[in-house]
Amino acid sequence: MATKLSETGYLSEEELSVRLPSAKRMRRGPIAVVECTQDIPCNPCESACLAGAITVGQPITLLPILDEEACRGCGACIPKCPGLAIFVVDCSRPGDMGTVQMPYEYYPLPEANEVVQALDRRGQPVGIARVEKVTVLGGYDHTALVTIVVTKDLVNRIRNIKLLRES
Amino acid sequence: MRVTNHPILGSQQSGSMVTIYLDGDPVPAREGEPIAAALVAAGRLRLRYTVKRHEPRGVFCGIGRCTDCVMTVNGESNVRTCVTQVTPGMNIVSQGKGSTEAAQCER
Amino acid sequence: MRKIEIVVVGAGPAGLSAAVEAARLGAEVLVLDENHKPGGQLFKQIHKFFGSREHRAGVRGFDLGYELLAEAAQTGATIALNSVVFSIYADKRLGVIEDGKISRTIQADKIILATGASENAVAFPGWILPGVMGAGAVQTMINLHRVLPAVKTLVIGSGNVGLIVSYQLLQAGGQVVAVVEAAPRIGGYGVHAAKISRAGVPILAGYTVKRAYGDEKVEGATIVKVDEYFQPIVGTEQDVEVGCIAVAVGLTPLSELACLCGCVTMYVPRLGGMLPVHDADMQTSVDGIYVAGDIAGAEEASTAMEEGRLAGIAAAEKLGYIQGPEAALAKDAVWRRMNTLRTGSFGQARREAKLSIVQQGRGVGGD
Repeated sequence: MATKLSETGYLSEEELSVRLPSAKRMRRGPIAVVECTQDIPCNPCESACLAGAITVGQPITLLPILDEEACRGCGACIPKCPGLAIFVVDCSRPGDMGTVQMPYEYYPLPEANEVVQALDRRGQPVGIARVEKVTVLGGYDHTALVTIVVTKDLVNRIRNIKLLRES
Repeated sequence: MRVTNHPILGSQQSGSMVTIYLDGDPVPAREGEPIAAALVAAGRLRLRYTVKRHEPRGVFCGIGRCTDCVMTVNGESNVRTCVTQVTPGMNIVSQGKGSTEAAQCER
Repeated sequence: MRKIEIVVVGAGPAGLSAAVEAARLGAEVLVLDENHKPGGQLFKQIHKFFGSREHRAGVRGFDLGYELLAEAAQTGATIALNSVVFSIYADKRLGVIEDGKISRTIQADKIILATGASENAVAFPGWILPGVMGAGAVQTMINLHRVLPAVKTLVIGSGNVGLIVSYQLLQAGGQVVAVVEAAPRIGGYGVHAAKISRAGVPILAGYTVKRAYGDEKVEGATIVKVDEYFQPIVGTEQDVEVGCIAVAVGLTPLSELACLCGCVTMYVPRLGGMLPVHDADMQTSVDGIYVAGDIAGAEEASTAMEEGRLAGIAAAEKLGYIQGPEAALAKDAVWRRMNTLRTGSFGQARREAKLSIVQQGRGVGGD
């Protein structure tokens, strides 16, 4: 089936919109965004969720369904997705700023408070962002979680970072 | 170039560094790696020339099937460098262009 | 002449899985591999696998490899490295050269061929320049030997191999200037494409390489848009500066040994081309000779491991190490797991292709 994703490698606004949580839920606290749109037999996200908020069911080609109310935005699912397709966004803080938490598997890892370039799904720079937190755990098996601070209007546009250090 | 820090594989590697010789010049190599890896790491992608038309050739399949990577190793010609491990002091010579095989072909 | 109950040719995921199952049931198993290290392509897979828990989803390929090796050691299967099988007969004799020096004949009761697949090539002017290599060769270099062939790489082919190797090139500190795909759509998983897309790698569907150029090695390439007949559209050429071109245009089963011993083959384009026909137990048309993994159709590591298990159980069953009902249960469990992997838009076509092989296999079954 022809989709923007299968033609270019990035989701169209429409393809993404059906995977986004409601604006109301996003304002309430951190929430996972599961950008999984193809019927691949795969379900580690289901068992990864500590709150039971992700359902794949049978057959395992079904797309994961996120229960917005049950999801706490803890991010446990992020490193478990083999496709690195899950992010946690938070628009609940007072003011303009929100956060995006993403899987990151490059060297070197950014450090907390480091300023990095924020990239969209096409790798285009969309301004700079401060790294709030970098989480590395053995159980994540070399998938680090990086949380960056960006303006709320960009939390569902930014999906990667680029370090600004001299290489 | 060598990848010293890898996000998944880490930074530790087994095997100590040794020296092998390519057309007389020293090249650093890691014990246990294939000759081709050491040469590619040193920036040397051209491994030989074809005998008749002197065209450059290098690694193609990387798993010992295509024979594009062959070189003369310690006097033995047509050694597949992508599946042959380095040994300290190993002598590697390019084949083709100026080699005896090329001269025989031109006669 | 050495006599062995089950000889497995190839110590990749399929071969090791077969060895573990058969040895665990009590059979005497010898695995022969031409390389100096076991694992086939598995140790180069540094990404997490898909599937469900029973398929070990979420585990990186090389970690599965270490597990398989440990299991092989534990179950008593012997792995002989640097051993090239150069001849094989329908009576299950094999000719082996060890360490390039010693030639030996082995008489096996059962043989499982798990020789994998080889990469395809695509010819364009300059394709033979140093630096133009198979995507698998690039993957071997970066993930096994930790050598980056060049700063900038162009990847040809957007199947899972091309997309995954592109990501792994980025992880190795390289740049991927583009992935070109002649077909109008990306062939591999959208999530694999998305990972590299958000790293700024353009994936160009409807593009191919017109030529590569360079003096002693590749220095650049001309990419060009193609029409629906895959013909270059004049005027759309673009030059890119690259030091390496990774060619990821499909895999073809390595079926030479199967042909040598007389196995009936069939041509299955969806699974890579000519391959040995097999029945539901992975047995070929030659009695006592089985196949498993990419030799029976280029798919993925997960299915290779399942087919290996199936062949191992089936071969051990014929030797009496596991009885009918128990064997049937074990084999059914494998088929259930395999069927699950072969579902969805990506898997369904493979499932149908496999079904066509097994249907042929029943007709020519060696029993």
